[in-house]
Amino acid sequence: MGPTARYLLRRAAMAVGVLWAAFTVSFVVLYLLPGDPVATMASGGLDGEPLSPEQLDELRARYGLDQPLVVQYGTRLWDALHGDFGTSIQNGQDVRGLILEALPPTVQISLAGLVVAIVFGGAVAMVATYTRAHWLRQVLMGLPSLAVSLPVFWVGLMLVQVFSFGLGLLPSVGANGPQALVLPAITLGLPTGALVAQVLAKSLSQALDEPYVATARAKGVGRVDIHLRHALRNAALPALTVLGTVVGNLLAGSVVVETVFTRPGIGRLTVAAVGIQDIPVVQGVVVFAATVFVVVNLLVDLVYPLLDPRIATEAAR
Amino acid sequence: MTELLVREVGAGAAPGSGTAVPVAASRRERLARLLRFLRQRPGLVVSIVFVALVLVAAFAPAVLAPADPNVGVPADRLQAPGAAHVFGTDYLGRDVYTRVVHGAALSLQATVIAVAVALVVGGLFGLLAGFVRGWVDEGLMRFVDVLLAIPAVLLSLALITALGYGTVNVAIAVGVASVASFARVMRSETLRIRQSVYVEAARSVGTRWYVTLWRHVLPNAAGPVMVLAVLEFGLAILAVSSLSFLGYGAPPPAPEWGSLIAEGRNYMATAWWLCAVPGAAIAATVLSVNRISRAIDGEWARAR
Repeated sequence: MGPTARYLLRRAAMAVGVLWAAFTVSFVVLYLLPGDPVATMASGGLDGEPLSPEQLDELRARYGLDQPLVVQYGTRLWDALHGDFGTSIQNGQDVRGLILEALPPTVQISLAGLVVAIVFGGAVAMVATYTRAHWLRQVLMGLPSLAVSLPVFWVGLMLVQVFSFGLGLLPSVGANGPQALVLPAITLGLPTGALVAQVLAKSLSQALDEPYVATARAKGVGRVDIHLRHALRNAALPALTVLGTVVGNLLAGSVVVETVFTRPGIGRLTVAAVGIQDIPVVQGVVVFAATVFVVVNLLVDLVYPLLDPRIATEAAR
Repeated sequence: MTELLVREVGAGAAPGSGTAVPVAASRRERLARLLRFLRQRPGLVVSIVFVALVLVAAFAPAVLAPADPNVGVPADRLQAPGAAHVFGTDYLGRDVYTRVVHGAALSLQATVIAVAVALVVGGLFGLLAGFVRGWVDEGLMRFVDVLLAIPAVLLSLALITALGYGTVNVAIAVGVASVASFARVMRSETLRIRQSVYVEAARSVGTRWYVTLWRHVLPNAAGPVMVLAVLEFGLAILAVSSLSFLGYGAPPPAPEWGSLIAEGRNYMATAWWLCAVPGAAIAATVLSVNRISRAIDGEWARAR
């Protein structure tokens, strides 16, 4: 087995381990912390009528909660390995089905947010490292810390205030048409773009100090060319490593953004499930989010050695 | 002997902690230095004043806003900001300024609890991992990796599902979700301090491990961990307010910054100030806290 294969195998094993642990953490939080999940389920139920002890016992039996915890854990882990996260206690629907159904609008808004993040973050980092005006650099590098200091839901509401109610340009709620995507994408993309800007600016200014930049400069390459063709190409690679965090941010941001803009999706599904203590749905979403994070990081790990062969050899050493 | 070593090395080893004031400096010299430092940074002064006001609002709201935040004059409902009501009134005629000031109490309490949970739990994890090493270190740090793999908001939501609604539960949920960063910093600090000469000296004279931990490791790790705590304070305000905005905080009519914005959302078309003012309060607080944390972390030590 070559060093690259060994490196990839180790990364894959680590990813599986993290997923198993994420499942376990969510099991401990959701099934162990409350005294009696069925009582909370019943009190959070929609019909509002208190259940009799017999009904509670029946519910316990139906969800397997009358069994010892170890058995419950084993059963749920086995089911989860087969992609089965149980059924929603609210409407009895399959949790996997609910998540898959809520996925497309969230993917849509996350992709739009990612575009905003890359454009905003990339532009800030590029201009801040290119400009020779000290004040402009100060202002630009202040933007990311400003963007992460504002409450995301408030930014969304203020955008609605100005562009929907004030200027009447864009719809305030809903998921119809591309116009309805603009404000949610900006809201979601700004804090993520701040992260991109910080990481990219750091690796860009590092790249600009490298000897190959001095060489290019000595050969008479223009500043723009050095920036775009030499520094950016090398600096973009380290920025790729935060992609997992970026995607995780976008997914987590959907909770607030989908609520603010009344859009369907994973975020709304989660908020509704927490509201009625729909434990299987919440666990499904948590494990799903961890899966996305782990898979994106694994993909980055797989692609990275292809883009930068130094990594694989270093890791194998 | 150890005492002496601790002080010397401790002062020299922590230039970024802001505590590295030369021992020889008199009180007056220190005061002069502080004033000079502040005079060159008007933004920092504004931040400190604002945070002080928020603290007053949190612990003695009646000083800044003597009226009852939950009593309104229905005839004065939805009035725009003006002379009578600086930040206008809400849909029940309650003064928005009074509600924002009183809202600081619940929001800040939750934030303090959240940071305390993260600091204590994360600190213990890091201390244990860095001090015991071996499989304990390995196990704890893998656990921290898992916490980082689950987005903080979702981890908090899972905890709220289990614990139920309320300001304290929201605070605990936010705190647990930020354990990871404290554990990491505390661990690296503990590892660094373990290798230092004064810990070696303490061990060679037969100091017990818990004394070493208490007298040497904890005080020297405090600096970087406190910087993180101040930074975390800003993040926790944001996390607490968004969970309160989603409706998991204190039940109405209690004012909380996040829930004030959620209430105001229904009147956005006619009354912009209901959302704008509490949100601006959150943003200003977070920006001020971040400015102060930047001053503590490095700026102070660098400005000689």
